[in-house]
Amino acid sequence: MSMLYQSQRAMRAKRQEAMRRGVMAILDIGSHKISCLVLRFDDPEGFRAAEGVGAMAGQSNFRVIGAATTRSRGVKFGEIDAMQETERAIRTAVQAAQKMANTRVDHVIASLAGARPRSYGLVGEVSLQTGTVSEDDVARVLAACDVPDLGEGREVLHAQPVNFALDHRTGLADPRSHVGNNLSVDMHLLSVEQHAIEALLHCIKRCDLELAGLASSPYVSGVSSLVEDEQELGAACVDLGGGTTGISVFIKKHMIFADTVRMGGDHVTSDISQALQIPTSAAERIKTRFGGVVATGMDDREMIELEADTGDWHHDRRRVSRAELIGVMRPRVEEILEEVRARLDAAGFEHLPSQRIVLTGGGSQVPGLDGLASKILGNQVRLGRPLRVQGLPQSACGPAFSACVGLSLFAAYPQDEWWDFDVPADRYPARSLKRAVKWFKDNW
Amino acid sequence: MQPLNATRPAQPQSYDPSPSIWSYRFQRLWLTPFFRRLISLGVPAFFMILSLGWFISDDEQMQGLTESVAEMRREIEGRPEFLLNVMGIEGASPALSETIRTVLSIDFPISSFDLELVEVKARIEDIPAVLSAEVRVLSGGYLSVVVAERDPVVVWQRRDAIVLLDQTGAFVADIFERDLSAPLPMIAGEGADLVVDEALALIASAAPISDRLQGLVRMGERRWDVVMTDGLRILLPEANPVRTLDRVLALHDVQDVLDRDVLRIDMRHPERPTLQLTPDALTELHRMRGTFISNGDQNG
Repeated sequence: MSMLYQSQRAMRAKRQEAMRRGVMAILDIGSHKISCLVLRFDDPEGFRAAEGVGAMAGQSNFRVIGAATTRSRGVKFGEIDAMQETERAIRTAVQAAQKMANTRVDHVIASLAGARPRSYGLVGEVSLQTGTVSEDDVARVLAACDVPDLGEGREVLHAQPVNFALDHRTGLADPRSHVGNNLSVDMHLLSVEQHAIEALLHCIKRCDLELAGLASSPYVSGVSSLVEDEQELGAACVDLGGGTTGISVFIKKHMIFADTVRMGGDHVTSDISQALQIPTSAAERIKTRFGGVVATGMDDREMIELEADTGDWHHDRRRVSRAELIGVMRPRVEEILEEVRARLDAAGFEHLPSQRIVLTGGGSQVPGLDGLASKILGNQVRLGRPLRVQGLPQSACGPAFSACVGLSLFAAYPQDEWWDFDVPADRYPARSLKRAVKWFKDNW
Repeated sequence: MQPLNATRPAQPQSYDPSPSIWSYRFQRLWLTPFFRRLISLGVPAFFMILSLGWFISDDEQMQGLTESVAEMRREIEGRPEFLLNVMGIEGASPALSETIRTVLSIDFPISSFDLELVEVKARIEDIPAVLSAEVRVLSGGYLSVVVAERDPVVVWQRRDAIVLLDQTGAFVADIFERDLSAPLPMIAGEGADLVVDEALALIASAAPISDRLQGLVRMGERRWDVVMTDGLRILLPEANPVRTLDRVLALHDVQDVLDRDVLRIDMRHPERPTLQLTPDALTELHRMRGTFISNGDQNG
């Protein structure tokens, strides 16, 4: 845990340095595509809200000056599988984005799409010594949370305080300076598999970049594609990606649950490829061009040429109707959505006051998906697109880039995490010089 | 129908868009502002300074450079646009023009770069007969010299030469160098050239007797003598010579004093004019008065 604390703090320091330097890169490593955005922070002090001008969802102080997307290679289920290949793909994206930005970036914030995230809700409670909540008390209560056994080879990715309660009052966003006796905190902890982080670190290091932050992809897609009301009142974001489908649940502007379904658009493509006996690239093309999930009578008559160059005359001149294609795609999409339903049910999503579900990600562009999803997930389903950020090219504004945009917002306005607070003095090893220094700092 | 063993066209190798690690690193290096400035500014500047230093350190090269620069300059100076072919002198008599040409002795055609106009002007103005000169280079290779000549107003007779002076007393020419259209009044004596204006005023006031006026003589560099053609001298005082001369003329008008047998009219003391008679007149005067005074010459 201490190692994690140190490494996360080191990443925060790098992020601060990048903000000072004014340039940072965003790297979204997905199973289908790898995108890199280069952000320029004009004012490191942050946005100063004037009268009548809000912070514009925290996107007013940065600007996208470079964007590049490349086909992902060597990534499976959102985890890096073949490091050399992924490293090359990252280099391609970073180089193109740097070229567009005409500047060099050294710091990068990356997202993890897969890596089997697991959510934990933690509770910590301390009694206050002075009667008033100080910063030190917040740190103490965060440290007082019982960390569950994460399992072998798992690492904490996010540990965000979600709710503070003081005596009988709950729902405090910022308990500092409040008066009470007992301070308790609800913390959301997200753990992922360690090897995924290590592979990502290795790849980024091989590209001469420094990791300034790590975020879970379902979380950042939710940040960008849920509007403020949905984040406040409670909503789930379903990010239909290439290799994984990310689920994140938000309430009161905090993520309280995240999970991934290890199925995505690539599985639909491989289904088409197998069913129609065509190469994957052709299947991908047909899926994006003619794909759908609701067949109508018109689709029986719309024939799709399956052109190939195998030399077999009959094989090269096959035709299928669009209805057949839909018939291949629909079961897989249904399976994904049902799995999402199962995960949300397991998380207790039905107990939330609002049952809003937002579909985003590249897979959400399938025509008729909202109709199908409303049958499976409930009727409050909408298709979400990421927020508009300054300077983002038109080609990167679609729902497939919601994780990218969310990472940009995450880079500009990171959520308070456990490691942003100082370790309380009694957590230092006894006889440590640091402990003495800390005690002096706190008492004078 | 194609044969079973037909050679199929080779599948095009799938193009790998990813940059190699070295090209990636090089691009990142190139995008580094410091490195970029170093390459685009520092290195060229370094090599420029280095080559310049090497060039300067070699004397032979430097000499060649200065020679070639001089050659280029000569070429430009020698262009027909800058050549002066003719010198025109305005406002000078032919003799003075000749003098000016002799003094300047310019070999035409000459480049205007080789001609220092200020110096030419100074040299022309050094000629005594020239009051002032203007020198200009006009288009068409024409060197224009506009001269204001000094006008002689008096003749100054010196022991060694007879010269012409202008109003300011400046030397104009030797009397033999000029053909004078009208006779000029004559002055003599040491220092007479310093007070030519006074001499001119005296001559002007002596206009009634101009037919008899021989000239003025400066005595002891302080006062004037008026010399008449018949040898009569009017000795004027140092102060107010013109008024004194007017008094003498008034005396002449009334008593015809100048027509008498007088050798000198001494006005050096204006309150006490003194006449020196000729010896004959003096003898005659004594004879008329019945007195005789022996000749002063014999008594010493």
